[in-house]
Amino acid sequence: MSLDAKIPQGPLAEKWSKHKFNLKLVNPANKRKYDVIVVGTGLAGASAAASLAELGYNVKAFCFQDSPRRAHSIAAQGGINAAKNYQNDGDSVYRLFYDTIKGGDYRAREGNVYRLAEVSVNIIDQCVAQGVPFAREYGGLLDNRSFGGSQVSRTFYARGQTGQQLLLGAYSALNRQIHKGKVKMYTRSEMLDVVTIDGHAKGIITRNLVTGEIDTHSGHAVLLCTGGYGNVFYLSTNAIGSNVTAAWRAHKRGAFFANPCYTQIHPTCIPVSGDHQSKLTLMSESLRNDGRVWAPKTVEVAAKLRKKELTADQVKEEDRDYFLERKYPSFGNLVPRDVASRNAKEMADEGRGVGTSGFAVFLDFADAIKRLGQEAVAAKYGNLFDMYYQITNEDPYKQPMRIYPAVHYTMGGLWVDYNLSTNVPGLYALGECNFSDHGANRLGASALMQGLSDGYFVIPYTLGDYLATIGPKPVDANHPAFAQTKKDVTDRIAKLLALKGTKTVNEYHRDLGHIMWEYCGMARTEEGLTKAKGMIQALRADFWKNAIVIGANEEVNASLERAGRVADFLELGELMVDDAQMRKESCGGHFRLESQTEEGEALRNDDVFAFVGAWEYKGDNQPEELHKETLEFEFVHLTQRSYK
Amino acid sequence: MNLTLKVWRQKDANSSGKMVSYKAENISPDMSFLEMLDVVNESLIHKGDEPIHFDHDCREGICGMCSLYINGRPHGPKRAITTCQLHMRSFHDGETITIEPWRAAAFPVIKDLAVDRSAFDRIQQAGGYVSVNTGGVPDANIIPIPKVIADEAFNSATCIGCGACVAACKNASAMLFVSAKVSQLGMLPQGQPERWSRVQSMVAQMDEEGFGNCTNTGACEAECPKEITLTNISRMNNDFFSAKLFREEKVHDHSGGGE
Amino acid sequence: MSEIKQTFNSSLGKKLIMALTGLFLCTFIIVHLGGNLFLFKDDQGYGFNVYANFLTHFPPIEVIAYLLYLAIIVHAFYALILTLSNKKSRPVAYASQSKSPASWSSKNMGLLGSILLLFIVIHMGDFWYKYKFTDTVGFKEYRTNVLTNQRTVADFKPVDPTFEHSVTTVNDEEIVRVKDLHAKVATTFSCWWYVLIYVIAMVSLSFHLVHGFQSAFQTLGWTHRKYTPVVKFIGTWFFAVIIPLGFALMPVVYFFQSISK
Repeated sequence: MSLDAKIPQGPLAEKWSKHKFNLKLVNPANKRKYDVIVVGTGLAGASAAASLAELGYNVKAFCFQDSPRRAHSIAAQGGINAAKNYQNDGDSVYRLFYDTIKGGDYRAREGNVYRLAEVSVNIIDQCVAQGVPFAREYGGLLDNRSFGGSQVSRTFYARGQTGQQLLLGAYSALNRQIHKGKVKMYTRSEMLDVVTIDGHAKGIITRNLVTGEIDTHSGHAVLLCTGGYGNVFYLSTNAIGSNVTAAWRAHKRGAFFANPCYTQIHPTCIPVSGDHQSKLTLMSESLRNDGRVWAPKTVEVAAKLRKKELTADQVKEEDRDYFLERKYPSFGNLVPRDVASRNAKEMADEGRGVGTSGFAVFLDFADAIKRLGQEAVAAKYGNLFDMYYQITNEDPYKQPMRIYPAVHYTMGGLWVDYNLSTNVPGLYALGECNFSDHGANRLGASALMQGLSDGYFVIPYTLGDYLATIGPKPVDANHPAFAQTKKDVTDRIAKLLALKGTKTVNEYHRDLGHIMWEYCGMARTEEGLTKAKGMIQALRADFWKNAIVIGANEEVNASLERAGRVADFLELGELMVDDAQMRKESCGGHFRLESQTEEGEALRNDDVFAFVGAWEYKGDNQPEELHKETLEFEFVHLTQRSYK
Repeated sequence: MNLTLKVWRQKDANSSGKMVSYKAENISPDMSFLEMLDVVNESLIHKGDEPIHFDHDCREGICGMCSLYINGRPHGPKRAITTCQLHMRSFHDGETITIEPWRAAAFPVIKDLAVDRSAFDRIQQAGGYVSVNTGGVPDANIIPIPKVIADEAFNSATCIGCGACVAACKNASAMLFVSAKVSQLGMLPQGQPERWSRVQSMVAQMDEEGFGNCTNTGACEAECPKEITLTNISRMNNDFFSAKLFREEKVHDHSGGGE
Repeated sequence: MSEIKQTFNSSLGKKLIMALTGLFLCTFIIVHLGGNLFLFKDDQGYGFNVYANFLTHFPPIEVIAYLLYLAIIVHAFYALILTLSNKKSRPVAYASQSKSPASWSSKNMGLLGSILLLFIVIHMGDFWYKYKFTDTVGFKEYRTNVLTNQRTVADFKPVDPTFEHSVTTVNDEEIVRVKDLHAKVATTFSCWWYVLIYVIAMVSLSFHLVHGFQSAFQTLGWTHRKYTPVVKFIGTWFFAVIIPLGFALMPVVYFFQSISK
């Protein structure tokens, strides 16, 4: 099967406008004859559901949380990029496009990324019109900040809660459509499978998380907006409930999974404090604007700090190594996330890590406090400092913060074409759930941009084209495919409920996380990946023998929910390892120790690996088949990223 | 640390529940409150017992999913945080901790400590939005908004919809929650066209859901993890009375000379 | 009409009624205290008795008085309705005692209000009812020499049972004959448990108003960064301290006067 990305021909700046013109339209009177299923109500899902309902389609929206407003987009802190150039500092659509392509280490499509940059400006307009209270200047105009290694100020923000404010904006648009009856909202409903008829997605199977009822829902198209799979690492900055199940079920029904090994490790998280830890807390990257990252110069000083014989402020200036400033003089503390993370890991590996575990480096605000005053620092970062204090019981105004990288975002996901359609017709993937736009590494403040771009400004056009093609004939909800898929789902639940072993699902999840972090985390090797593959297979086999799942289906059963999700992570983990092993180059978030420059930087191999690796599911415990979509760069020149 | 937990257990909405005691042993002070419950649950699962059900998701204090009425206070003893941000160092060794679900007629218990807060969604659906479709909106900078207004609106907009205000209120009133949205949109220029109808629809829905009335005790403000202030309620009241008593809501009948 | 009905049936509408009647009652107690200050005047009850007579015989005041009674009833009635609906909003109580920080008075307005209502019934029964509808209150005759301002007092027994009061001038003497509520007050306040009831009621009034006054402003939506502190100051010092203290002093002073006699 060949992968056609359907990127329109022509000059970069005209691709999207031309494409929009070429897409078929659905007659306004016919729109109400179409049912569209939207799974997930984060930025991508809520914005898509609302926008499609506004157009006149009947939308059914689903989320597993108790309210659409809880989706994990809500936790994004830093901001959202847009090429508005309000600051007159040289930004443009082209620059945002270029930065994103380069930041993604040239593993994203030019066409997609350019479109993203192009519609970014509309997103801000849309959000402001909805009443999103972005930060403003005294003159009443919108404020911007520079973010995550960008040299222009193009990030719009709402204190440290930008994701929350954007999501509440999309949620309000969704609410309006629910009120109008154009969206039917199903909360506490988890999607457990996709129904395909003649190769087209025509519905989903859900479990009502309150009653346990297994329901079938039919529609002319299914949109998966179900977020990323970072929780495969057990500890991540994702919400506890974030999972891969919807995407993974779609994958098992034929949708290709692209670049699963591209995971982003965020450099400024609060380090792990013990085995009991259930999640990691991220602190906004904006902290690196004023904080200086350092580790002790010597292993001896580090050891003293770990044993608490010395406090950080007692370490003399000459004993400190501001390693990012030293290695990357022009970008300093603002190097992209992958670079910052990897360097922190290096410090820990060299024995220069701090904190009781040794898995941390310092982020020091002493200079900023001296330069700007404590009040100014508090005004900028007060809420983050409070959060840090709350979690660690240490006062960051007095002692430097301890930070360590944590899994934060997954660039990989379901393969989609330019229309956001997976290779299964009628099945779409939006937001973090798809693989597009960020390449091998995502820039700060770009996730919110992509989620909203997909939902507000891409899918309303591209979905119409598909719907116009298939016509408004109602979907036959009595088609045997629905009953069969439902049976598959109930069988699997029964199989899970029959597990009465000795080890809890959570313990399996933690074990899987350890394997993934150790061998498929910030640095990967051929040997480690081979080992990991075997370990995951063994763990999975053991899971299906020895796991404990409590209770019954016909009730609220968190144990069962968790088991289903972890079972899917156990399969995904292996595919991630396969993908990482296949990609014998370093790029973005994927760092292969075998492929680095003399200075220890990621070394791409564009001749061999400038492609999207899309995997096809071939049956349980069968090796998946790799399909390559070659990435062609007509407009940018591929260079080795350098932040020196 | 070793603790005794007294936890409300209730199979489902239709069953009656009761308080059950559990031992939480070897708890680290660095654990969050929910991680402590995770540990208790893991030991229950190992024994083949049903784990304690509670709502939670982001575990960083922003999604609003976690709840829990801990020793007489929603989200526990500390100010301005959610239960997931509460750490065990806020308790002392040997303490008995009573954990209950939010109690309100409008928040029926689903199971154990989890309640149904969909009433909040319905209130938002009744009018908590600006009626603009995607696309066709003016440039974001076309209407300057004074910084104080933008900041105030933001403060109101930080509500996470957890329901602690209802849980804390002796009348189970949802006024703080409703007023936060009414205030946010009522202050911003974008919210003006629907300002008077919005407040009426949202208050009407709030009444329909069976929340109590505000008696201005201020418990909600004191317990709000996002420190939403009572000023919001005052703004909502003002808008509501203004809307009900003084604002023209319908177009005058221009169909001409009588019947 | 139905729109207005809807407004006042809404939760906020009911609170509006509470706030407006409450504030009206607040203004009343200012007037009431002001008038009652005559009790502290050493004029053998002249000023107080004339004032009492004025209040009961000046038509506009009488209208306001009936509005006042209505306000008390409405305030109490809506308080009851709101309390009942609030109880319904939490059918299952918490097992643990609420530790949420909120002032004691704000959480016990119902209790305080009930005490006050009971007090008002006793108080009105004793003075207002007896003054207006019974003949248990005697009369006094005040003769004041308009030239010297010398005043003499004597008991007075009207011949006509419907007699209320009269003001006549004979020679240089102004003769005022009026019901002697002052004596009734003095007798009543010589009883220790009666004084106690009054003091308890005034403590309740204090706590009721320390929350109630500023709460009314909050309900009406009249809060402002600059003015709310002023409202709170007035609510606390004037309505919750000076006024109840002023009222409470009357029975206490009269009681001590009665035992010192």
